Amino acid sequence: MVSTEEHIAEIWELLSGVEDPEIPVISVVDLGIVRDVREEQGKIVVDITPTYSGCPATQVIEESVIEALTAAGVSPFEVRTVLSPPWSTTMLSAEGRRKLTEYGIAPPADESTDKMALMGEERQLKCPNCGSTDTLMVSQFGSTPCKAHFKCKECLEPFDYFKCL
Amino acid sequence: MEANKALYEAVTHLGDNTLILGHRLGEWCGHGPVLEQDIAMTNIALDLIGQARMYLDYAGKLSGQEKSEDDMAYHRDVLDFKNALLAEIPNGDFADSIARQFFFDQWHYLFLEQLSTSADETLNAIAQKSLKEVTYHKRWSSEWVVRLGDGTAESKERMQNAIDDVWMYSGELFIPVASDAILVEAGIFPDVRSLKSAFDKEVKAIIEEATLTLPEDDFMQTGGRTGSHTEYLGYILAEMQFLPRAYPDATW
Repeated sequence: MVSTEEHIAEIWELLSGVEDPEIPVISVVDLGIVRDVREEQGKIVVDITPTYSGCPATQVIEESVIEALTAAGVSPFEVRTVLSPPWSTTMLSAEGRRKLTEYGIAPPADESTDKMALMGEERQLKCPNCGSTDTLMVSQFGSTPCKAHFKCKECLEPFDYFKCL
Repeated sequence: MEANKALYEAVTHLGDNTLILGHRLGEWCGHGPVLEQDIAMTNIALDLIGQARMYLDYAGKLSGQEKSEDDMAYHRDVLDFKNALLAEIPNGDFADSIARQFFFDQWHYLFLEQLSTSADETLNAIAQKSLKEVTYHKRWSSEWVVRLGDGTAESKERMQNAIDDVWMYSGELFIPVASDAILVEAGIFPDVRSLKSAFDKEVKAIIEEATLTLPEDDFMQTGGRTGSHTEYLGYILAEMQFLPRAYPDATW
């Protein structure tokens, strides 16, 4: 019989293996979608939170989490969706940011840099392909709700920017 | 009991605003003037429909009839919808849609700022989440008002016409319904009248930057919150509700 703490640590570890359906290099834990794992009266409760309100991945993520817990024989458990405090890009782990860059998505800048970048005032975002900061915003809205669309004027590659929320 | 009914009405209003405007923006899918703006409008649609789901889920719980978000969206008739008329007016040309979005976003942002301090925990959480998204919407629509207004002779003319046509739908959002009073008192729902001066100031600044003018006539259309809609809403519902009504058990 493992202690509750160990069991909870195992579940965190397990969920670190659940990938985001749209950015499959990053886990739902790295993304900060799994907010809490705890035991309540003999039941494991996992709190998850949506990124953007309308993000179509939210439901897939919930199903993947349920599937992973079921496959690992965790029982009984409940997955709850919590809204508050709202998800923010500051909840991305350092590991998550590194993986995003490697995957070709510029990770969110801090809020003031983000604002300048999206307002097109300053070119401070680094191209995840060549590292140049000579980049240009094409659109505040990109291929998924969480991303803006940029292009690099140095290597001419388009890239996604995971915008601040 | 009375407070619960008032809350149901208010939450339904917010859910319907976001659902119907989200649906309108979704109609642009595949028809945007350029790919990036097509994507922008459908992204905004997605945010709004996501917000609508949270509101309508909550409204369903408040209804006392264990209604789901889908029951709320697909199994109510025109008279039961409480969205502002602004949300349902047709897309028109790109400038018309921008004008509609611009007025809505300006109101929405100010409104959510207030709602994020609501004494109601659920509304408070939805508002905090939505506010971050609406910050992007507002920036986008304001930018387009300026770009089209201060653009070519044709874009300026079209943007001015759109502002002139849509303006009369912007005032309704600042007129409370009787049942709001009890919620305002309890710190649950903002007094929408209090948002009007900040709205006017923001709107005026952007309209000026866009080298446009606001209509002098302040006549405003009203009725959405009490269920008196334009003829357009029925057509939206006919399209949006057909499938779940014809095939009630249909699933993906």
